Amino acid sequence: MNNEELRRLKKRKMLNSIMHGIFLACTLFGVIVLVILMIDILRKGLPWLSLDFLKNFPSRFPRKSGIYPALLGSLWVIFLTALIAFPIGVGTAIYLEEYAEDNKFTEFIKLNIANLAGVPSIIYGMLGLAVFVRLFAMGRTILAASFTMAILILPIIIISSQEAIKSVPSSLKQASYALGTTKWQTVTGVILPYALPGILTGSILAISRALGEAAPLIVVGALAYVSFIPKGPFDQFTVLPIQIFNWAGMPKKDFQDVAAAGIIVLLVILLGINSVAIILRNKYQIRMKD
Amino acid sequence: MEPILSVRNLNFYYGEHKALKDVNMDIYKNNVTAFIGPSGCGKSTFLRTLNRMNDFIENVKVEGNIIYEGKDIYSKEMEPVELRRRIGMVFQKPNPFPKTIYENIVYGLRKNGVNKKDVLDEVVEKTLKAVALYDEVKDKIYKSALELSGGQQQRLCIARAIAMQPDVVLMDEPTSALDPISTMKIEELVLELKKDYTIIIVTHSMQQAARISDYTAFFLNGEVIEYDETSKIFSNPRDKRTEDYITGRFG
Repeated sequence: MNNEELRRLKKRKMLNSIMHGIFLACTLFGVIVLVILMIDILRKGLPWLSLDFLKNFPSRFPRKSGIYPALLGSLWVIFLTALIAFPIGVGTAIYLEEYAEDNKFTEFIKLNIANLAGVPSIIYGMLGLAVFVRLFAMGRTILAASFTMAILILPIIIISSQEAIKSVPSSLKQASYALGTTKWQTVTGVILPYALPGILTGSILAISRALGEAAPLIVVGALAYVSFIPKGPFDQFTVLPIQIFNWAGMPKKDFQDVAAAGIIVLLVILLGINSVAIILRNKYQIRMKD
Repeated sequence: MEPILSVRNLNFYYGEHKALKDVNMDIYKNNVTAFIGPSGCGKSTFLRTLNRMNDFIENVKVEGNIIYEGKDIYSKEMEPVELRRRIGMVFQKPNPFPKTIYENIVYGLRKNGVNKKDVLDEVVEKTLKAVALYDEVKDKIYKSALELSGGQQQRLCIARAIAMQPDVVLMDEPTSALDPISTMKIEELVLELKKDYTIIIVTHSMQQAARISDYTAFFLNGEVIEYDETSKIFSNPRDKRTEDYITGRFG
């Protein structure tokens, strides 16, 4: 190698190390921000966390404040949202991938579902208010909130289920059809078992997104102050993010820390749901040999 | 001899492209019929018209008749689901389901409403013996089929096909992904199975066709150039193009 080539090689290697450094910094940025946030929340919130905090109603006094109605409200909304969104979303994905013909109309629907996933959540709140609260006269209830949330996360569930269904090898589908099975039998016999881990992961992540949403529920009419426990789908309610938002806006300094404690509760639930997704995925993952 | 399948004036189109041109053929019961020819000549396409697996491809068109048990398989009276139960298929790459060996074999039966455990147990043992896999896997029939070797997987796929008691078994280059020893085992198996089934096999290997088939059809550009007893095709071809192909001058 002559001097010119050596010089060029050195330059190329230097550029490589610079880029390496930049990408590392990008990665660290996210991690550091998250760590700072966590430390701040934990420092403020942990001292306020207790069994009483989970069991108490909200109060004028920070010491007596608790998260019980919001926690139950969130669990109700999430449970019903999953119950509504999961079957409809998976059903839509199966239809689009397996039954629908490849024509302009199907293309149009697929394109629109992708677009709907990008619509701001508050717009879904307006829709929920107009359709479920007013038109279907559900009122400002858990049921109306769940339908609104279900619509909000449907596009995500549909798209991730579609991806999971697409990943089923066509050789397996053909093997099933060649044994004289109908489409539905092939869906239940081969496609769903194979796609289930992907479908569950996507759906659970979508549902955990709904758990953190406040904006659409404010529009639909979640309450700011709740002094009762929601007992069924037709009760009024509040949810964790709204309760946290309220505390954070209170003038008393201590309520900021109560809000932090609420955030910890919300984070623990989110982490729990996400770990369930990971466990399910690993449990049902089918490793194909090539 | 009575033909089990009679193909008359069959044309097949992928969109505008005509992939099969005026195919006429009688396929005989309890024989092995081989389709040979260079890639893209239409032999696999033709095989898939016989159990309507081409129905899943969009924008294709079929003209002509294929008569099976006195009925045209493309007519309204023929239910493709039922047809595929009677005319089974084995694919190029082994494609066992990611289930146990047991569940692979009984999959088709279960979907056809057979659920009695003693019946299913018997079918599993019988078909595993029929494909000479029983001794190798008898201790792990409740283990995943994906743990088997490629050759074993392909024999399992054959077992899965014959568990349905079909009349005809279509095989689409079943040994092209296998090593020579596994290939030999499959070839022996084909010769064994023709006592009970009619076998149609697409192969890229002329030697394989010569070794195991009773009848051979030579395809070129979507046409059947020559179809006759295998011994005649290989010793005394009538068409110059067949002779050129089997002597290795092209393809």
